Amino acid sequence: MARQFSVRRQTGFTAIAMVCFFALYLPIGVLVIYAFNAGTSLSVWEGFSLRWFVKAFENQQVIEASIRSLQIAVVAALVATAAATMAALATTRTEPYRGLTLKYAFINQPLMIPEIVTAVALLIFFSRIKVWTGYSGLGYLIAAHTAFCIPFAYLPIRARLENMDLTLERAAADLYATPWKTFRYVTLPLLWPGILAGLMLAFVISLDDVVITEFVKSAGQDTLPTYMLGQLRRAITPEMNAISTLFLLLSICIVTVFFFVNKKRI
Amino acid sequence: MADLNAVEIRNVSKIFGFGEFAFAAVNDTSVAIRQNEFFTLLGPSGCGKTTLLRLIAGFEFPTSGEILLNGENIAAMPPFKRPVNTVFQSYALFPHMTVAENIGFGLQMLGRPKAEIEARVAEMLKLVRMEELRGRRTSQISGGQQQRVALARALAPQPKVLLLDEPLSALDYKLRKDMQIELKRLQAETGITFIFVTHDQEEALTMSDRVAVMSAGRILQVGSPRDIYDAPTDRFVADFIGETNFLKGQVVSSANGIADVDTGVGGRIAAALPEGFTPQGEVTVVLRPEHAMLCGAEDAGACQMTGTLENIVYFGTDTHYHVVLSDGATAFTLREQNKPMQAARFAAGDRVGIAIEANAARVLRN
Repeated sequence: MARQFSVRRQTGFTAIAMVCFFALYLPIGVLVIYAFNAGTSLSVWEGFSLRWFVKAFENQQVIEASIRSLQIAVVAALVATAAATMAALATTRTEPYRGLTLKYAFINQPLMIPEIVTAVALLIFFSRIKVWTGYSGLGYLIAAHTAFCIPFAYLPIRARLENMDLTLERAAADLYATPWKTFRYVTLPLLWPGILAGLMLAFVISLDDVVITEFVKSAGQDTLPTYMLGQLRRAITPEMNAISTLFLLLSICIVTVFFFVNKKRI
Repeated sequence: MADLNAVEIRNVSKIFGFGEFAFAAVNDTSVAIRQNEFFTLLGPSGCGKTTLLRLIAGFEFPTSGEILLNGENIAAMPPFKRPVNTVFQSYALFPHMTVAENIGFGLQMLGRPKAEIEARVAEMLKLVRMEELRGRRTSQISGGQQQRVALARALAPQPKVLLLDEPLSALDYKLRKDMQIELKRLQAETGITFIFVTHDQEEALTMSDRVAVMSAGRILQVGSPRDIYDAPTDRFVADFIGETNFLKGQVVSSANGIADVDTGVGGRIAAALPEGFTPQGEVTVVLRPEHAMLCGAEDAGACQMTGTLENIVYFGTDTHYHVVLSDGATAFTLREQNKPMQAARFAAGDRVGIAIEANAARVLRN
């Protein structure tokens, strides 16, 4: 009796899959569990408690950093998505021409240049501007975040545009819609899921950033991730786990919404 | 202004690409389309018929030449300013709108009052018999229904000219037949000039008032379906529409538009000449398979040609006879309608004569 060959059932596949699965989710699972630890230890379970969540919510620095993170992420995601939408329209609603690929490369530049290089460059660049203008507000962080969020917003929007039937826009023009009305009544409604996906992706990417933020921020401009990084240098308590768990929850919520929006293809 | 042509194409060329890759999709073409006519652009794929339609719609702009709509040159006008609407091959219905919203879109863009739009949409839904589906999404209706919505949407703004880009090609045979009749009815009821693009000769012949046959970016012949079928002046037209026999022959004499042609395979053939054409020497004569009859070798005196019957194919309504003419090289096909309970008159291998009906043979220009 010859054993039936199946690509899906080969020796070792299940084992490798299990190892990967545990390597990915076990640490996160442990982190979440110890967020509810009653004691101060990260390794000894002393009973269930919400005290670290309460502590996190009472920590003024955590609250300020969270608000700052959200401010930056909201503004950067909105601006980046608007720019990405325009870029996507300009690069798909045109006959292919010389230099179009180069334009893709420019738009997606933050994906290709190592983040640390951008971070150092921005640090030097912005410190000059800070000296000239005397301004040292959140604007620098917002500008930096906007720049590296653009490709993440651009990719889903462009994918959506490329799948869209160009004849629809032609039909609108045929039915007396000016280019603006065609965009407003046909392109934009059909593009909406792509724009939302881009917006959420940009938001998550901005919220999560450490490297560029760490270099660009001025004193007292910690975002939640850089605050947590700073705290790790001191004594670690399950408060970090609690904050991380809340962060994870927010992230899951956004990705879930993203998933359903993307699934709802008109 | 009834004497103005609905659309007039004057020496229009459309060249895609540059330099050695330049390709003339439409090549110095002129044609006039009359008011209220059902005009068809017929040709194989790649012949330029769709490009010509797009030039009229405004999705492409001509490289040179003029496009006149009721006497006004619209060659450089953007599509949203042209009082012309299109039914697309893929229908291009807006997927995020209902049937009624799709139909009302044109009027909405024109800024018509809401009440007027609603009345017009209701009228259009009635015209295409879709009243009960007005609130549906376009993804929730069948292909045939989408076709009707596309028609209603294009007709709602009361365009001067309706352009139809192979709109029936996605439908199955039965539905296509129904839609052909429906389109004729709509054209008669609305009185709008229809310009219809198709590669299907049967569609072109059954629906059109006039047909333009296109090949390689040029219009080869324009005429009524009967003209195009019975009196092709061009080899391509004769070949593309229906089945045709081509015979080579020498002109012996010509007078009063009739040439006496010696084909070298029997007697002489009297063939009609294209208007204003006086040929010398060798010409090509065309003859439809149903315009010739087989006769036995014993009647050969009454026949214009002789040959050997190669094979017989029975089609139910008629029988096709494939003959090799007596020069031993030229193939000739005849089609005879079958009579009830008719016994086979011939067998493969028989020596046969071919008799040609009066006015059936024609000389081609090229």
